[in-house]
Amino acid sequence: MAVRKLAPEDMQPESFVLSPETEAFADKEIAKYPPGRQASAVIALLTKAQEQAGGWLPRKAIEAVAAKLGMPVIRVMEVATFYTMFNLEPVGKYFIQFCGTTPCVLRGAGDIKKVLEKRIGEQNHVTADGTFSWLEVECLGACCNAPMVQINDDYYEDLTPENFEKLLDDLAAGRPVTTGSQIGRNRSEPHEAVNTLQDPSLYDGSQIGAWRKRFEEQAQPASTGEPAAAAASLPQQAKAAKPEAGRATESDAADTPAKRAKEGEAPIKAEERKEAADASKATAVDPAAGKDNKSS
Amino acid sequence: MLQDKDRIFTNLYGFHSPGLEAAKMRGAWDGTKFLLEKGRDWIIDEMKASGLRGRGGAGFPTGLKWSFMPKASDGRPHYLVVNADESEPGTCKDREIMRNDPHLLIEGCLIASFAMGAHAAYIYIRGEYVGERHALQRAVDEAYAAKLIGKDNIHGYPFDLYVHHGAGAYICGEETALIESLEGKKGMPRLKPPFPANMGLYGCPTTVNNVESIAVAGTILRRGASWFAGIGRPNNVGTKLFCVSGHVNKPCNVEEAMGLTFRELIDRHCGGIRGGWDNLLAVIPGGSSVPVVPADQIIDAPMDFDTLRGLRSGLGTAAVIVMDKSTDIVRAIARISYFYKHESCGQCTPCREGTGWMWRVLNRMAEGRAQKREIDMLLEVSTQIEGHTICALGDAAAWPVQGLIRHFRHEIEKRIDDYAANPHSESVLIAAE
Repeated sequence: MAVRKLAPEDMQPESFVLSPETEAFADKEIAKYPPGRQASAVIALLTKAQEQAGGWLPRKAIEAVAAKLGMPVIRVMEVATFYTMFNLEPVGKYFIQFCGTTPCVLRGAGDIKKVLEKRIGEQNHVTADGTFSWLEVECLGACCNAPMVQINDDYYEDLTPENFEKLLDDLAAGRPVTTGSQIGRNRSEPHEAVNTLQDPSLYDGSQIGAWRKRFEEQAQPASTGEPAAAAASLPQQAKAAKPEAGRATESDAADTPAKRAKEGEAPIKAEERKEAADASKATAVDPAAGKDNKSS
Repeated sequence: MLQDKDRIFTNLYGFHSPGLEAAKMRGAWDGTKFLLEKGRDWIIDEMKASGLRGRGGAGFPTGLKWSFMPKASDGRPHYLVVNADESEPGTCKDREIMRNDPHLLIEGCLIASFAMGAHAAYIYIRGEYVGERHALQRAVDEAYAAKLIGKDNIHGYPFDLYVHHGAGAYICGEETALIESLEGKKGMPRLKPPFPANMGLYGCPTTVNNVESIAVAGTILRRGASWFAGIGRPNNVGTKLFCVSGHVNKPCNVEEAMGLTFRELIDRHCGGIRGGWDNLLAVIPGGSSVPVVPADQIIDAPMDFDTLRGLRSGLGTAAVIVMDKSTDIVRAIARISYFYKHESCGQCTPCREGTGWMWRVLNRMAEGRAQKREIDMLLEVSTQIEGHTICALGDAAAWPVQGLIRHFRHEIEKRIDDYAANPHSESVLIAAE
């Protein structure tokens, strides 16, 4: 648990009124929930009120949300102090949430933290010009793109001290910045080494409806097509074993006489008959014959 | 290696449009009406037969969970709640589904809701995922506009889907805490029973499923339970999104068959371990909640639920956190302990007090500023937290510590010896950095 308290009284504004935009947003949110369950919208409304108040939640905003939802103020206060995305004190224009959990630390979040300390100073402290403030938060869920920070609403990923310094410079100077990966990754693919999802047939629509064959064949179980379809739907690779449960269709694992008989072919092939007749390859029955086999 | 044609999330890397038209070309919303016409029982039986185990960490069979919902409504509405509060350190798979393949999730919501008699579903997405929330909302709006969902849709089953967001609380990933949060309260887990299937959201029957479990449903039903069950190993079947982070050359998300070995996973998709295989120290195979596994045990282990449980760890969310020999393992686990201290909701005393206590002791141990007998004390306290709390956060906080002591006790002892030999030495501090 973290100790979270409202900002001191001298920081609190005199009043706070939900803007018409926030009111309209609130009505839309409340409509998502069954009648009488408008309390469900409390997080959405507090988030919106925080946005309206400039990134933090003054006491008056919490009270305004409570009034809007017809909730006791203490219930809304509980929510505002429980969830860590509600800032109870003013933050900078660019509020940086720095991920400091283990996966990011392994990829060098420590160096990013040093940049923050050098450029901005301590956590929870707004720079004199009001531009930046930062906070170490717990895992932000972009671990394949670590280390990363969230600045206001956007994620900035794959950071290095160099590109992060540049990012902060650009933000401070008001230059446009790229959100997401800072090293040119699209999402969370292996950087410049994608070797999956290359098959064009996945994207040209040729897969649509292909699965229906299964149901057509199940509708006529007597048809000889079923074993073939079942075999086709199995993975190409050999697998160690398959579970007993969940096998809706039994399929022949290999090219066996039973399978050939089912498919209307001759169960025993001519070359197999010939091979079986070869005495040298016959299974040894008596020890003497076995010895002979080994020596030959 | 799993072939491309057997991958479910074909737009995992976002190289194609997440929009409805492109998603349909990739096979989403293909014959959904036909699947629904097969009936509730067929859907649930097929999901059971597929052997799909919940992808949120606990690995509970999804079809079985669906079957716990009352067959007929007693007047109360039924709800489906999708857990998109992805906050387990190391995990970042649901994010990619929601921003790149949202229609698979929306279709899955319709199918799952139909199978459970729910006419409304909520997707609870973590507050920090602002971009993902907008992407998901866009997709939901598209689906409404195309009459795929809504009161009067082409599937003939009235269904409403809402996107709800949180505000930064790990504990809301626990299903009853998530329900509390969705009701507009603090995210504090509820006692079970009653289970959500009887008394969940607003006191109504509710099922909470992970994003990935729901998003795979459409494809499983289309291609068949036997297709899904044919991938992987017995009791651990299907495909799974792995999130590989930490000391690999190319960290990434990838969809792979369950039960491929750790070595295959890393060599095929992640460009190997940083500094080669000899440089591997340990792996946390399933998100921060599961105990660490040392290199020699994990390298050739199949990545699935049962094998990893056999190694006294777990697959969890398949968030593979790789640590090479440059890692300060004690400090890494101490940071995880800090995470649990920060995220404990404060409801149960063993967790509220214990998580902070464990973090403080581990922090001292990382410096070596401790007594050797404290290692056993720490282990004992961790067992006093485990299993003595309402939800599994207490367990999740205790397991990483237990894993550390089980496999790296020698490392802690070495720190203590070094510190005792020279309590103000600079070298210890450098080593600890």
